[in-house]
Formats: sequence, C-alpha cells, structure tokens
Amino acid sequence: MSTIDPTTPTGVAGAVPSRRRLRSSLRKAAAGRAAVLPLIIFVAVAFGLPAVAMAYGAFTSYAPGQPSSYTMGNVSASLEGGYLTALLGSVKLSATAALVATVFGLLLAQAIVTSRFEMLRHVVLSASGVLANFGGVPLAFAFVATLGNAGVLTTRLHLAQAGWSLYSFWGLTLVYLYFLIPLMVLTVIPSLDGLRRQWREAAQNNGAGVWQYWRYVALPVLTPSLLGGFVLLFGSAFAAYATAAAMVGASVPLITLQIADALNGNVSASASNVALAMSLDMVVISVLVMALYIPLQRRSARWLV
Amino acid sequence: MAGVSTLDPTAGLSRAKAPARKREGRPRLGRGAVMLIAAVYFIGPILCSFIFTVDDPVKGFTLSAYSQIFSVSGLWPALQLSLLLALATIVVVFLLLIPTVIAIRLGSPRLRSVVEFVCMLPLVVPSIALTSGINILLRWGSDNLQTTPFWDTLVFIQNASFPIILVLAYVVMALPLAFRTLDAGMRALDVRTLLEAAQNNGASRTRAIFTVVLPNLRGAMVNAGMLTLALVLGEFTVSSILGYEPFSVWIVNGNSAGDGPVTTAVSITSLVLTWVVLLALSATGRRKAASAPTA
Repeated sequence: MSTIDPTTPTGVAGAVPSRRRLRSSLRKAAAGRAAVLPLIIFVAVAFGLPAVAMAYGAFTSYAPGQPSSYTMGNVSASLEGGYLTALLGSVKLSATAALVATVFGLLLAQAIVTSRFEMLRHVVLSASGVLANFGGVPLAFAFVATLGNAGVLTTRLHLAQAGWSLYSFWGLTLVYLYFLIPLMVLTVIPSLDGLRRQWREAAQNNGAGVWQYWRYVALPVLTPSLLGGFVLLFGSAFAAYATAAAMVGASVPLITLQIADALNGNVSASASNVALAMSLDMVVISVLVMALYIPLQRRSARWLV
Repeated sequence: MAGVSTLDPTAGLSRAKAPARKREGRPRLGRGAVMLIAAVYFIGPILCSFIFTVDDPVKGFTLSAYSQIFSVSGLWPALQLSLLLALATIVVVFLLLIPTVIAIRLGSPRLRSVVEFVCMLPLVVPSIALTSGINILLRWGSDNLQTTPFWDTLVFIQNASFPIILVLAYVVMALPLAFRTLDAGMRALDVRTLLEAAQNNGASRTRAIFTVVLPNLRGAMVNAGMLTLALVLGEFTVSSILGYEPFSVWIVNGNSAGDGPVTTAVSITSLVLTWVVLLALSATGRRKAASAPTA
C-alpha cells in the first residue's frame, strides 16, 4: 500500500471529463442500491411479514373455519386484569434492573478504562460480549444453582430462613443484572474512552476535585450516552423471556411469559390473538422508548468523536 | 477560569499537585472495591454452579455430571442443530451485510440512513413479538395454502431437522449488532482509497473487494460471527415457542426432566467455552494487528 503514490488516485479522478464522472457516479449509485437491495427484500419478508401479520391479527378475531372480522377486543383484553398486571410488572422490573445496571455498569467500565492492566480489559470485554449475547438460559441455571431453593449459597448460608427468594422481584432483578451490566459496560466504554484527558486536566488546573470534575464535566458529557444505554438495557430486559422461563416457578408476572403461555395454547385457542395484541403493546412501548434513544445517541456522538 | 489567571502561577501549580496525589489514592481504592464486587458477582454464580454440579448430597465430591455430558441423550443432536443454524445464520448475515456496508461506505449519506433504519428496526420488535407474528403466519399458511404449490415451501421451511424458519428469525435478530460491528470495522478503513489503489494496479472492482477490502475487514467479521454464534447458541424464545429443540431448549427440557446437575454442567460449560473461544480469537486478532501495524 505504502509504495503507491497517494496523489495518483485523486490526480486521475481530476483528469476525468466531468460527464464521464457523472455517469460513473450514477452507475456507482445504482450499484450501491443493488448491493443493498437483498438486505431490504430479506427484512421485508422475514421481518415485515410477521410484523404486519402480528399487527393485523391483533385487531381481528380468529376462529377456525370462519372469516375473521375486525375487533378491538384483543387489544382491550390485553390491557385488562392479569395481562395488564404482567405488562406493568415487566415495565417495573425492566426499569429497575436497567437503572441499577446503568449505575454499576458505568462504575465497572470506568474501573476498567482507568486500569493499567491491558489484559483485564480484553478479559472483561470478551466476557461481557458472551454474557450480553448468550441469552438467559445458562444465567438462570447458574443462579438457580447458587441462590435457588436448593442452591449452594441458599443451603449453606440458610438464606431461606432470612426471607430470601430467587423467584421474587428482587431475585429476578439480580439475575437480570448478570446480562444487563455487561451490556452497559460494552455500551459505555467507547464513550469513556472518548472523554479527553485535557478536560480532566483543565478541570484540575481550575481547582476542581474528583467529585466536581464528574459533576460538572464528565457526567454532563456522558449523560446522552448513559440515557441511551439505559434505554438499550430497558429494551433488552423488557424483551427477555428465556431467563424467567428457565427459572420455573418464578412468581413475578411478566408480559413475555403471558404471551408464551397464550401462544402455546395453554390458555385457550382464542387467546392467541390476545397474544398478538400483547405483542403489539410491547412493540408500542419499545418504539416509545427507542424514540428517546435515537436523538440522544446523535447528541453524544457530537461530543465524543 | 478567570479566577485562576489572577493567581500566582506557582500557587496554581502546587494546588494542582496536591489534589493529584489525593486523587491517586482514593479512586484506586474505589476502583479496587468496584472490581472486587464485580468479581464476586460475576464469578460467584459460575463457581457455585460448579460446586453444585460436583457436590452430590449423598456421595460427596463427584465428577459424574461432567462425565455424563458425553452420554446424556439428546445433547449431541441438539448441539448439532444449533451449530448448523448458527453457521447458516452467519453465512446469510455476511451475504446480506458485507455488500451493504461496502456500498454505504462508498454511496450517499441517504443510503446509509435507510440501511441504518432497516437494521435497527428489529430492536423495537422483541423476539417474542416476532415469534407471535411468525406463529400466526404459519397458522394462516397451514389453514389456507394446502392446495397451492406454496404448501411444499411451507413444509420445507419448517423441517424439524433443519428449520429454515429459525434461520430467517435469527438473521433478523442478529442484524442490529452484526451491522454495527461490521460498519464500525468498515469505518476504520479508507475503502475508497484502497479500492482506487487496487484498481490503479489493474485489479477489477470485484477482485479488489475480495483481495483488498475483505481481508482488512477480517477482524470485524470474526467479531460479528462470534456474537452471532453466541446469540444462536443461546437463543431460546423463538425455537421453544415454535416447537424446535436446539441446544438451549434441550437444556431447559432436560432440566425439567430431572437431569439437574448434568444440564447445569452443560450450560456453564457452554458459557465458559464460548468465552474462551472469544478471548482466544480477540488475542489472535490483536497479535495480528500488532505484527502488521499498517494493515
């Protein structure tokens, strides 16, 4: 690479007559669109079709052998009684777990970024990648073996007598943190790397202590990416199903468990359309939350190039 | 700022020094505490799971849960299915995304925002909502398509030994992360210059992409592939509701069938193995980057 005169490409491009350049740029634009087309078609089929079917099914009634008719019944049923409790339970659990994970994730990421051990960073980052992406089943099992009813710590430390239950709200929160904190670490480390050393030095030269530096310089700069991270964690916790499903006997009502029950036909055949309405509720909440995320992400990108 | 400039400069210096020394002590303590709590929280459950699997209430210490891994029924077919699905998913993700990330690097900003939007769409539809949509489509298909030529396709994509329907769902679920990883790798390259240089040396555009651009993208491809592999190996929602039995569904079913210690052994082994592979890959990636700094 280095043997090539760097001016050559620009020199050649400059010598090309403008019409040829226009034609070639048009051809390039067409090639670009052609390269993107398979992706668009794939998403339209594999994602668009199910999404449309879900939205359509949420507003229609279903009975085998009969023509479907439009109804608001599914949606209103999905926002009543046990289904509403489950929806609110999911929102509460996700918000709590995401908030705790945002704080601890930031502290852990900062500890890693400022650490002198290069190896530690790679170990933690790769472990975070696995934990954040591997899904909930192994995590649920690890926690059941540790803190479940017959778990190693529960039996040895007699935690059950102390009122501990893994299958409660806080127990489930503790399990969720196991994949949410790594997700936060992965999300916030690029932003922490982007904090310039000069900002800290400037603050110090002006007599600011550690607390003042964080309060007036670092946190305001990080706020958009922290809020963005929180939104990402919330969405991830909100969508989680495997963890709760693998921890059989969890007493926390969750919308994902309700949808799965209804889809599996554990409730009744007509409940599957209520499941679609509940799915739609989830999408609406996710869209509302994501709508916050995108502008925030843009704002932090401006500071942390 | 104005306050500092009026002061004696040496006073400012000595003031800057004192907090600096204090700063070194306290955050190091705080950092140590954070690291310790994190280590206990993240290593504890894995360690306790290991104790759980080797400590039999009657026999005491035993490694039988681990020796049973090789003989327990259903593990290998389930793992095989998961690995096959992962391979197919990774291939489709690469085929769809690599041309895309090259095109948006060379193309207009509008093309980029369209692609970003499309790849972020799956984030707002939780996988269980996607599953309910797929579920209703399949039901509609089996109600209405029996007499049409589409019937064979419908049966084919739901084939239990290799359910293509799962690959479709997994590719959708992998898109946001895979796109961001590949796009970040692409941003680090000066693709335009690389392509022009290769073409000036007489390579065709296709050849330039395959021999110059793709080798430089290897690191990002390995990362995206590994994250997709982890996602597919751990995926539970779609496959369990649609009634297939890949790795993670087998673990949960096996656990409720009474194989507690074995399934726990399998699940922590899979977790640790995936991590070791990822760590090894990132280490070789770094070594390569260090030995060829110009690449």
